Amino acid sequence: MGDLVIDSLSMRFDLPKGGSVQALKNVSLELAKGELLAVLGPSGCGKTTLLNIVAGFLAPTAGKVTLNGKTVTGPGPERGMVFQQGALFEWMSVRRNISFGPDMAGHPASQTRPIVENLLRTVGLQDFGDKMIYELSGGMQQRVALARCLANDPDVILMDEPLGALDALTREKMQGLVLKLWKETGKTIILITHSVEEALLLGERLLVMAPRPGRIHKEYRLPFAEMGVGRDLRLVKKEPEFAERREEILGMIWDMEEEIMGRQEETA
Amino acid sequence: MIVFLIYAAIFGLAYLAYRFWERTRHHLHDFTSLKTVTFGDESTVAPNRFASVISIIALFAIWGAFTGSVITPLHVPGPFVGDASFTYTARNAAGEIDDATVYMRVYRVGEEVPLPETSADQTGFAVDDALKIGAWRSVLSRPNENDVGGNEDSYSLIAIDGQPIAPGGTVRFSDGDVTMTSKGSLSIKPDKGWQMEPIWLPAPEAVVSRLGEIATDGYKNVSLWEHLGYSLGRVIAGFVIGSIIGIPLGYAMGLSNWFRGWFDPIVEFMRPVPPLALIPLIIIWFGIGEEGKVILLFLAALWIMTISARAGVSGVRISKVHAAYSLGASKWQILRHVIVPNSLPEIFTGARVAMGVCWGTVVAAELVAADRGAGMMIVNASKFQLTDIVILGIILIGIIGYGIDILMRIAEKWLVPWKGRG
Repeated sequence: MGDLVIDSLSMRFDLPKGGSVQALKNVSLELAKGELLAVLGPSGCGKTTLLNIVAGFLAPTAGKVTLNGKTVTGPGPERGMVFQQGALFEWMSVRRNISFGPDMAGHPASQTRPIVENLLRTVGLQDFGDKMIYELSGGMQQRVALARCLANDPDVILMDEPLGALDALTREKMQGLVLKLWKETGKTIILITHSVEEALLLGERLLVMAPRPGRIHKEYRLPFAEMGVGRDLRLVKKEPEFAERREEILGMIWDMEEEIMGRQEETA
Repeated sequence: MIVFLIYAAIFGLAYLAYRFWERTRHHLHDFTSLKTVTFGDESTVAPNRFASVISIIALFAIWGAFTGSVITPLHVPGPFVGDASFTYTARNAAGEIDDATVYMRVYRVGEEVPLPETSADQTGFAVDDALKIGAWRSVLSRPNENDVGGNEDSYSLIAIDGQPIAPGGTVRFSDGDVTMTSKGSLSIKPDKGWQMEPIWLPAPEAVVSRLGEIATDGYKNVSLWEHLGYSLGRVIAGFVIGSIIGIPLGYAMGLSNWFRGWFDPIVEFMRPVPPLALIPLIIIWFGIGEEGKVILLFLAALWIMTISARAGVSGVRISKVHAAYSLGASKWQILRHVIVPNSLPEIFTGARVAMGVCWGTVVAAELVAADRGAGMMIVNASKFQLTDIVILGIILIGIIGYGIDILMRIAEKWLVPWKGRG
């Protein structure tokens, strides 16, 4: 069953000085419930645009997105979003951040409280519920962001480089947490990342996108996410197949970057 | 100039003394004393509280020293006060020469003193004089008027204390200068010293006692608290009305392009107009009563609050709004739970600026025209040379302005603890 269907999406932005940029061209893909898709590509390949269209923040120039048969026309609680950073509400405690979705939907506190407590434990913040956001480290803040998204019980979770601003060690721990949450909750996840390693580790499916116009370059099905659940991710990275794939994809992206640079030199 | 040099000397000496004291205290060098790594890092330069205390003490010490105050043991030389005399030599028409003495009593203005006594034995044509002179003042003496034959043309003064003098010349006596005018009179100026005359700068204790006096008796039939209360009340009224209108207007400008387009020209034009420039127009339209003052302060606060609310709204991170949308919040919920709290730090910054501007504006407006208020008090006192009230008023205006800012900062810390930590 194709849960999330992205059907020949195109997106063209008009530039203020005239002319336009083709951010996406004819992108199609289907995601089944519970799949984890990592999207990788050089800057300008339209991966964030793609995510923003699925989230409903942007309307595509052509094509459509359907979730469970319903066409996406705007943002909605069934598609949760986790941002890189700075999307938490500093004026609220950790607990109130997590319960924001249910609170806005008008769910009674008695019903929300156990969910929030449960999520605090799941992301390892059981002692930090009453702290304010600015009292937490960057990694803890991203844990709150994940919990806040889960509290709303969305069908799809869209992650826009959620670990991009973290230091290497915290990032590794958080990758484990993302895998754990994915397995435990069975959510469909689209994860955008700049890191080839992260895409390989987390992506059950991996989409490499190419720029100008933004399009799907290659798609992989990978075993590493399954391998990594509940295990030390460093062991996964030691797999020979992992290293092989990493080199392959790094080379691919390297070539794309080279091509962009070359084209810029030509026009200049 | 002398005052400045003394101040600079106190600054330097206090610094050296402090460094010396600190060096004897710690022998270990920590990272702050070896400021090679952190040099130029602004956060490492926290105000030295010792310096602040010494600075305030130094200001009062200089003030006291130059006004002969009781609060300082050391004073710069004051004006000559007491009895003095000099002897003049005159030649009369007959060519005879005679001496007489001018006795002076220099007193502090405000005290009642009798004339000094002249010596009893009077021989010759020149007769002793007795004078009273207020400290810092000068007096014109005409020795010829009581001298026998002094009104004759060929009578002339030829010397003072044995030093020859001619019209236009100046001679020093023991405690001052004597200048002979072209008409032959003597202008006597006792030494003024370095201290300031109370009508220019009263001593600190005079200001404090004046505070006690007008705090109990009031100034111009209005108590001091009422003067200050009126000023403060006008500021608060203007600021509150300005906020009530300015903040929603700023929100509307931040959220709707129609509002923004409509009010942008007005706000951008009015923002650089100093509120002081509006005072004449406000007086023409509304007179000098409370209404005009509050409207002026309302206008002073309005643009600042509008702009800060607008900046607070436009400064919201789009990812916060997107996050709220994808958590299922409606537009109104986002406005109430995301945009409004997100704009509070900006609004508080604006409120602090607005309160400062309003306080400055109210004092200025009262200087121009008012029947009560802190500004009216000082401008009125200045017309009567009541310098102590002027200085007192300036100090109170400063303290209240500073107090307002401190209160706003405390409120900010308490209400928007996340400010600057987004």
